[in-house]
Order: sequence, then structure tokens, then C-alpha cells
Amino acid sequence: MSPAASVHSLWTVAAEAPQKIPAPQIEYAQLSPTLIVLGAAVLGILVEAFLPRRARYPAQLLLTTVGLIAAFAAVIALAAGGYGTDKAHVAAMGAVAVDGPALFLQGALLLVSLIAVFTFAERRLDPVAHGRRVDSFAAQAAAVPGGEAEQEAVKAGFTTTEVFPLVLFAVGGMLVFPAANDLLTLFIALEVFSLPLYVLCALARRQRLMSQESAVKYFLLGAFSSAFLLFGVALLYGYAGTVSYAGIADVVNGTTRSVDPALASTTGNDALLLIGGALVLMGLLFKVGAVPFHMWTPDVYQGAPTPVTGFMAAATKVAAFGALLRLLYVVLPGLRWDWRPVMWGVAIVTMVVGAVVAVTQTDVKRLLAYSSIAHAGFLLAGVTAASPDGVSSVLFYLVTYAFVTLGAFAVVTLVRDAGGEATHLSKWAGLGRRSPLVAAVFAVFLLAFAGIPLTSGFAGKFAVFKAAAESGATPLVIVGVLSSAVAAFFYVRVIVLMFFSEPKADGPTVAVPSALTSTAIAVGVALTVVLGVAPQYFLELAGQAGTFVR
Amino acid sequence: MENLIGLLVAAPLLGAAVLLCGGRRLDRSGPWVGTLLAAVSFALAVALFADMLGRSGEERTLTTTVFSWVPVGGFRADVGFQLDQLSMTFVLLITGVGTLIHLYSVGYMEHDERRRRFFGYLNLFLAAMLLLVVAGNYLLLYVGWEGVGLASYLLIGFWQHKPSAATAAKKAFLVNRVGDMGLSIAIMLMFTTFGTFAFGPVLEGAGQAGEGKLTAVGLMLLLAACGKSAQVPLQSWLGDAMEGPTPVSALIHAATMVTAGVYLITRSGALFDAAPTAQTAVVTVGAVTLLFGAIVGCAKDDIKKALAGSTMSQIGYMILAAGLGPVGYVFAIMHLVTHGFFKAGLFLGAGSVMHGMNDEVDMRRYGGLRKYMPVTFVTFGLGYLAIIGFPGLSGFFSKDKIIEAAFAKGGTEGWILGGAALLGAGITAFYMTRVMLMTFFGERRWQPDADGNAPHPHESPKTMTVPMVILAFGSVFAGGLFAVNDTFLKWLEPVTGHAHGNPPVSALTVTAATMVVLVLGVALAWARYGRKPVPVTAPRGSWLTRAARRDLLQDDFNHIVLVRGGEHLTRSLVYVDHTLVDGVVNGTAASVGGLSGRMRRLQNGYARSYAVSMFGGAAVLIAATLLMRAV
Repeated sequence: MSPAASVHSLWTVAAEAPQKIPAPQIEYAQLSPTLIVLGAAVLGILVEAFLPRRARYPAQLLLTTVGLIAAFAAVIALAAGGYGTDKAHVAAMGAVAVDGPALFLQGALLLVSLIAVFTFAERRLDPVAHGRRVDSFAAQAAAVPGGEAEQEAVKAGFTTTEVFPLVLFAVGGMLVFPAANDLLTLFIALEVFSLPLYVLCALARRQRLMSQESAVKYFLLGAFSSAFLLFGVALLYGYAGTVSYAGIADVVNGTTRSVDPALASTTGNDALLLIGGALVLMGLLFKVGAVPFHMWTPDVYQGAPTPVTGFMAAATKVAAFGALLRLLYVVLPGLRWDWRPVMWGVAIVTMVVGAVVAVTQTDVKRLLAYSSIAHAGFLLAGVTAASPDGVSSVLFYLVTYAFVTLGAFAVVTLVRDAGGEATHLSKWAGLGRRSPLVAAVFAVFLLAFAGIPLTSGFAGKFAVFKAAAESGATPLVIVGVLSSAVAAFFYVRVIVLMFFSEPKADGPTVAVPSALTSTAIAVGVALTVVLGVAPQYFLELAGQAGTFVR
Repeated sequence: MENLIGLLVAAPLLGAAVLLCGGRRLDRSGPWVGTLLAAVSFALAVALFADMLGRSGEERTLTTTVFSWVPVGGFRADVGFQLDQLSMTFVLLITGVGTLIHLYSVGYMEHDERRRRFFGYLNLFLAAMLLLVVAGNYLLLYVGWEGVGLASYLLIGFWQHKPSAATAAKKAFLVNRVGDMGLSIAIMLMFTTFGTFAFGPVLEGAGQAGEGKLTAVGLMLLLAACGKSAQVPLQSWLGDAMEGPTPVSALIHAATMVTAGVYLITRSGALFDAAPTAQTAVVTVGAVTLLFGAIVGCAKDDIKKALAGSTMSQIGYMILAAGLGPVGYVFAIMHLVTHGFFKAGLFLGAGSVMHGMNDEVDMRRYGGLRKYMPVTFVTFGLGYLAIIGFPGLSGFFSKDKIIEAAFAKGGTEGWILGGAALLGAGITAFYMTRVMLMTFFGERRWQPDADGNAPHPHESPKTMTVPMVILAFGSVFAGGLFAVNDTFLKWLEPVTGHAHGNPPVSALTVTAATMVVLVLGVALAWARYGRKPVPVTAPRGSWLTRAARRDLLQDDFNHIVLVRGGEHLTRSLVYVDHTLVDGVVNGTAASVGGLSGRMRRLQNGYARSYAVSMFGGAAVLIAATLLMRAV
């Protein structure tokens, strides 16, 4: 059949079969975490529309907190109901999986988001502007930076309370992302959580130009990568005749029952599969910040308001790795021998570049950005294990990393000078002498990043490397350990800077946060220590949650 | 009675704790507290001794396990004590002489501000030394061994404001570490060979173990003994150790601690008996040291250093005897005890002289002191007669037996060892007569010191003279008491065993020969120091004298071979570290940093280049995937 004829037959076959569209069957209860969050987001929009300005902040904070807690409760209820293990199945007409990894990651995401929302709501750090306490976000996002409109908005004491519904929308998308069980749902979830993030990145109160630049870059590159992903989806559809994970997996394994006659000429064409798979992978690797798709990370992390950076760094990574795991373990296990070497390469390059480039960074937010790239590499090492241990170790690592990251960025918001946050590392010199507690807490997070024993970072890294080594990826583990050694250099360098350098005369001050940020930091420290000293329970939990439904 | 053994150690330990932690409140009463607890320990020792005498020879050993110290898998170490006749002898010597020296120190240290601390250290020493001799296994012995080393270090450097004292303490500590290393290796070897540390199983199993291993253990034990007992080649610290207060020199560096090596070898007798090579090494060390110490003693003008050389030499006799096996063990210990009496007495006498002479130690500035210090003169004189082996006094009995036993070794070896021991006796007579003559006879040679204070020699207070008198009694009668009816031999034989030696010449001949060399030594000393006046500044002397003044060049040897060699080694290691190790480290760091700086430039801030990088990345990703399939 010539190409022209096959295209023709596609049209005619589609036209000749007038289909009755069945009403979709939706298991609302099983999707309740996502629905609660999205519902709260919609309510948030209504709050913005109808409540007076003064009342919006408390209302939004309450609504967001309650929404997230309720969603978390729903996750717990589902897990307790056995949906994580024996009752795991695919809901919503094959679109969304309800299984162990999905519930585990959703629970983690909701907790991370809750803590992140606390840092969003912090209003004690910035100096009081015209008699009103303000947060990290622009008074009026639409006003031109430095323009009159902005000054008026500041004078009027406006705040951007829209961040709360934006966060909720992003969380909603993230909840679906790792649970998505077909490629279209995956793409939609990706867009649903990406778009609010682009907006959030642009909302910094200070250094707005930098913030807006970062948002534009993030948006452009994100759109670029989405295009790749979408193209990959199209090619995979061409290969399998379906976008459902299970369907594609069946074709890959050669166990498919029926082939759409319209697609008969392309079905099973491995070139489509390989190229499409690579492109979809690329879209996900962009989100996790793997090299060479990482270049947005430092710029965006630096420009975005620090609470947003923390949220992004923690939650996006959890969601994107969840989706990556599902794609590799459900759709492409039959292709293991094709994707594993490639992922090895990506993991190695990511670890090395992240660790090496971080060495010369002078800005603490950029430093943490490169550190997040290196950690993405460590996580990829676990992903490539292609074993149940690989899944559970990555799940555990994600949780430990998310809370350490949130806590670290929360500490960054505290260290301030006249220009806002003092993120240049030279200003952190001698911080340990002036504010021993804050410096000590930051040191704990840095040690956890570095993977020092008795911190959660060690337990996570150990689990991931162990899984990788057991799957035969010894060279990967060696590179990982060497990269960790390089990474330890710059983490410890910051500790040395804080504790063993003379404080500068015009150095930054440490703001006293409200209970919100304090809670975020305290939870971070507590989990870092608890997961470091007694990781067994959580490792077992991650182990139980390590099976994907098909 | 077993429980008393623990108390024996606990009493002085309590004293040390109270005195060292007690603070200034105890400054006044401290010396008496320390002395009292030493006396308590002595009383307990006497009670245990009486109890022991109540039982027959074979049943006198008491063993007790206080608690299991390190129970880890197959590794088991107990805190357990063993008190037999050998330990009992030491316990009595340590607590008895120790108590006397505590008493003496009350007077001697009267004007020292830090005397509370001094007594704390002395008590600590007693506790550690007692632990060493009553320990029921080698590991616990090691604890005591290290404990006495610590106490010795603290007491040598007690006057730490003097740089020489601080240096001497460090030197003693370092040299002792070499020996301690030997002991720890020996203990490890024992564990791998016998699977236990306890004296009983180790010594009973000695016959079954291979001779090679036993030789290794024996040599390591000998190294330990050399360190602690100042035997060649680890003798260099003892002379400098005289920087410590004189009671310390008397107690630790004459009567008790330095004899720990003899104890160790005697206690491990069964091991040495099964390792003839190690025994040969032991007798060689003993013979060399007894001559070495004696020669050094001849040349020293510092009264304490002359006595230190003598100590070295006398311990050489003991080591020699211990190396002779069952023929000599009993005599080694017997000489040890009599030496404990007369050497402690001599040191206390020296201290008494110094006390009356503004702490002057140079014998060339003494002379004619017998008129000013009659008690000191008489007690010192009795100690002197005892050490040279004047017939009827303590040293005569014990030393004579050792010389006899050395000859009894048989063959050429026997003649060499016996000859060395005999020669040593002559030199001993020479240098001790020299000390005696220069100190108590001749003309008064003391002069005002730099500040114009002329010494006013006077007799020391009662607290000092009473111990001296008691020790003098010991110096005179102990040997006789031990020798009559072979009392000491019968007492110790169940533990150490005894074999009667057959010297190639009759015992009487040996005694006669000893008397001849004794007279020769005394006469020579009289000719040189009694008849002629002693010059206040030392004459240049022969090469041997000059070498002996420098401790037979031992420090020079150590300096050239060990210190310089060590310095060269460290310097080359530092060089390797700087160039090679640091070079690799710094090179790695620099290359990572350089790489980082270059890769950083890729991050130029332009979204377009980021997009290109992504595009290129995607292309590579696809290409790689396809390639994987193709391969």
C-alpha cells in the first residue's frame, strides 16, 4: 500500500464507521484527591472574584490548606482501602492509574505542597510597606516594573493572592501527572501544572525584571519541550494505534489482540516506537532537569520568587519522576535493552555536569539549582535499575529530597539585606557566628544534600545506588559516588563559609519568620533527621508502594 | 579473702580520685590522706599475706573474677585477679616501700604548692602498679602497665615549669611507648595462639604452641620489659627521669615500676622456658645492661644519675637471672626485693642530702657531709654496703646467687655471663664507693650559689629519716632472712619452679671471687677519690669516661639513627604528600574547577542557545536510541 493510499484509507475507515460515543465511566471517589484540589482551586478563583481585598489572604490560606489536607486525607483513605496494593487498577476509562506509586507520590506531593504553601503565605520577612505586611509576590503582577502603576499598587497595599489558586491548579496537574495512564492525559497534566508555574515564576516582588525574564525563558523552553513530547505522542500513536500505556506495551511485547486496520502499515514499526519514545522521554527529562535539557533550571530557580523555587524544585521533581517511572516501567519495559543504555548516559552526564558546574557558582539559589540537577542524575541512576527496588528507592529518595529542598529554600528566604534576599554567597560569610541556629539548620540541609550519614540524604542515596548496583549498573554507581564527592565539596564549602569566615560588617541580617516558615523549616529538619536515623519504616512503605498497575 | 584483692587496688585509686578531684580544700590534708590510703593498702596486703601463710604451698593462689569486661563473641576478657606468692611479694614490696615513701614525701614536698596533686599521682601510681601485679590476665596487666607509664610520665614532669623536666617526661613516655607496643603485640599474639589472655591457660598451653610463635611472643615481651625496666636498647629515658622529685625516683624509678619488666618475664616463665632463643635474648640484654649501667654510673657526678645508672645495672642482674629460667627466677625476684629496700633507701638518702644542700645534685660540691647528716650517713652507708654485696647484708645473698646461677648456665655461655656478672659486681663496688666518698667523706666543697645562698647542711625532719631508717633495716636483714633455710626459695618455688644449678666451679669459689673483685673495686675507688682530694670541676677524663658521662653515647646514637632518620623519613613523606598526594588532589580540584568554569560559559542566559542545546540533546537522544537497536 502506497503512503497516499494509506492516508486515504485512514480517512475513509474513520468516516465509514459512525461511532456511538459511550458515556465515560468515572470513578469519582478514586480520583477524589485530584478533584478536591482542583475544586479548591476553582473556589479560590471565586474568592478572588467576590471577596473584598482584605479578606482574600486569610480566606485563600484557609481554603488552600483545608483543600490540601482534605486531599491528603483522601489519599490516605484510598491507600488504607487497599487501592495501593491489591485493589490497584486503572480508573477513568484507562486514563488514570490508582496504584501504589501513584498514591505514594500523590501523598508526598500534597504534603510538600502544604509545606510550600506555608512559605508562600509568609508575611513577616519583607519590611512593612505602607503599613501592610507583604509577602514575596508582586503587588500587581500586570504592572510594568518600576512604573507608576506599580508604585500605586504598592502604596495601596495590594498583594497577589492569586498565587494560592495558581498553586492549587499546579498541584492538581501534578497529582495527575504520575498517575496518567495514557499519553494524552500525561500531556494535559503536564500543561495543567506547567502553566501556573510559568505565571508564578513571574510574580517576584523584588527584582521583577529578572523574575519575568525567568518566567519567559521557562515558558519558551517549556513550550519547546512540550512540542517535542507531543510529537513523540503522535509517533507512538502511529506505532501502536493507541495512546494508552497498556495498549502500547502490548504492541511492544507483541501480545496485542487487534490492530486497527487503518494503522496496519505503521503499527509495529520500531522506528516510530524508538523515536517517539525518545521524544516523550525528552519531554519528561526536561521537567526533571536532566542534562542536556537542564539549562532553564539555574535561570528560573534564580529568578523565581524563592518560595516558588522551593515548590518547583520539590514538587515538580516528584511529579515528573513519577511520570518517568510509569512510562519506563509500564510502557517500555519490553524495550529495556534500548532505553537503559541511553538513560545510563543521561544519568552520567547529568550527575557530572550538575556537580561540576555547581563548584563555581556564587549565588546560593543557582548553587541549589545545580545541586538539583546533580540530584536528578542520582535519581535517574535509580530509575535505570529497572527493578522493584529501583522504583521504591526512587520513591523514597524523592520524598527525602523534596523536604530537604523545601527547607533549604525556606532558609534562603530568611537571609536578607536592604535589597531583599541576600543570595550571593559572599554575603553568607560568617553567618554561623551571627545566627548560629539558622546557619546550623542550613548546614543540616546541606549535609543531607551531600548525603552524609544520619541524614535522610544518605539513606536515599544509599538506596538508589544500591538498587542501581544490583541491576548491574556499577559504572553508573562509581560515577555517582565520584560526583557526590565533588558535590560534597561545594556543600561543605558553604558550611565552612558560614562558620569559619569572619562576618562582614555590612552583611545580611536574618529575619525572624512567622510560625509559617518556621513550621516549614522545622518539618524539613525533622524529616531530614528522622528519615536519616530511622529510614526503615519509610523504606518499607516505599517498597510496598513500588508496584505499577498495568 | 578474694574480695580484699580488689580493695587493695581500690584504696589508692580512691585516694587518687579524691586528691585529684578534691580541689583546694584538700591542699593541707592531702598528703596525709594519700599516705593513709597507701597505709590502708599495706594493711590489706599484710592481712592477705597472713591469710596466705595459713595455707599450704600449693593452695596459696587466690583467683577471682570481678566482672566480665569485654564479652564479644569469641573474644572474652575479664577483670579478674590472681594473687599468688609472686604477686604477694610484689604487693608487699609496693605497698610497704610505697607507704614509707609517701611518709617521706610528706616532709620532702612540704614546701611545694602542688603537693596535693603530687600525692594524687603517687596514689595513682600505687593503684596502677598493684593492678599490674594482681591482674589475672595479660589484658588487665596491660591496663596496669599503661597506668604506671602514665603515672611515671606525670611524676617525672611534675615540675613541669622546668623545661628539662617536661622534656624528660616526654622522653620517658615516648621510649616507653616502644616497649608498650611490644607488650600489645605480644598480647595479640597470645590471643591468636591460645584464644585467651588468662595466665593459667596461656602458661599451661605454652608447651603445645609452636616454638616460632613462642619465640615471637617472648621477644615482644622482652621488648616490653626493656622499655619499662630501662634495659638496653630502651634504657635512655631512665637517667633523664631523675628530673622528677626524689621520692618518685626512689619509688618508681628504683624500687617498683622499673622492676615490672622482671615481673613480666618471671610471670611468663613458662613461655620463655619453651622458647630458648628468646631466653638467650633475655640473658644477653641483662648482661649487656648490667655492665652498661655500671659503667655509666662510674662517670656521673649527679648523685641521682649515678644511682640511676646503678638501678639500670642492678635490674640487668635481675633480667639476667630471669633469663636463666627456673635456675634464676627465684633469685631474680629475691634480688628485686632486696634491691627495692636498699635502692629506695639510697635514693631517699640522696634526697635527704639534696634537701639539706639547697637541691644541689653535683657530688663534686658535696664532701664531708657525714658530720652534718649522721642519720642520713648511717642509713645511706648501710644501703651502700648492701648494694656492693658486703658479706652478711642483703645484696650479698641475692647477688651472689645470681652470679652463681649465671656460671651454672654451663659452657662458654656460662663463663661469659658469669664473668660479666662478676665484673659488674666489681664495678658496682667502684662506683658506689665513689658516690659514698664524694658525698660523705673528704673535704667540704660546697660554695654559695649564684644568689649567694650558701647551703647549710642539716639533718632532715623525722618524716624523712624514719622511712630511711626502716629501709636501712630492710637493707641489712632482708637478704639474710630470705637466705636462711632457703625461706624465700621455698616460698616462691610453687609458682616459679626451681632447678638447682651446677656451676662448673664450687659455690665457695664464686663467693671468694666476688669478694676479690669487691675489694678491688673499693680499693680502686679509694685510691682515686679517697686519698686524693676531689676536684670541684670535673677533669676531662679518658674517652671512656667522656662517653660514659654522655650515657655511653646512647642519646647521640638515638639522635643520629632514630631522630635524624625519622626526620628524613617525615620530610620525604611530607614531600611525597605535598607533591604527589596534594598534587593529585589539587590537580583534580583545579581540573574540576576549570571544567566547571568552562561549562559554566555554556549557560549564557540566552533562551535561544538553551533551545539549541535541547534540540541537540533530543537529536543525540534519538540517535543513541536508534544506535542501541542497531548494535
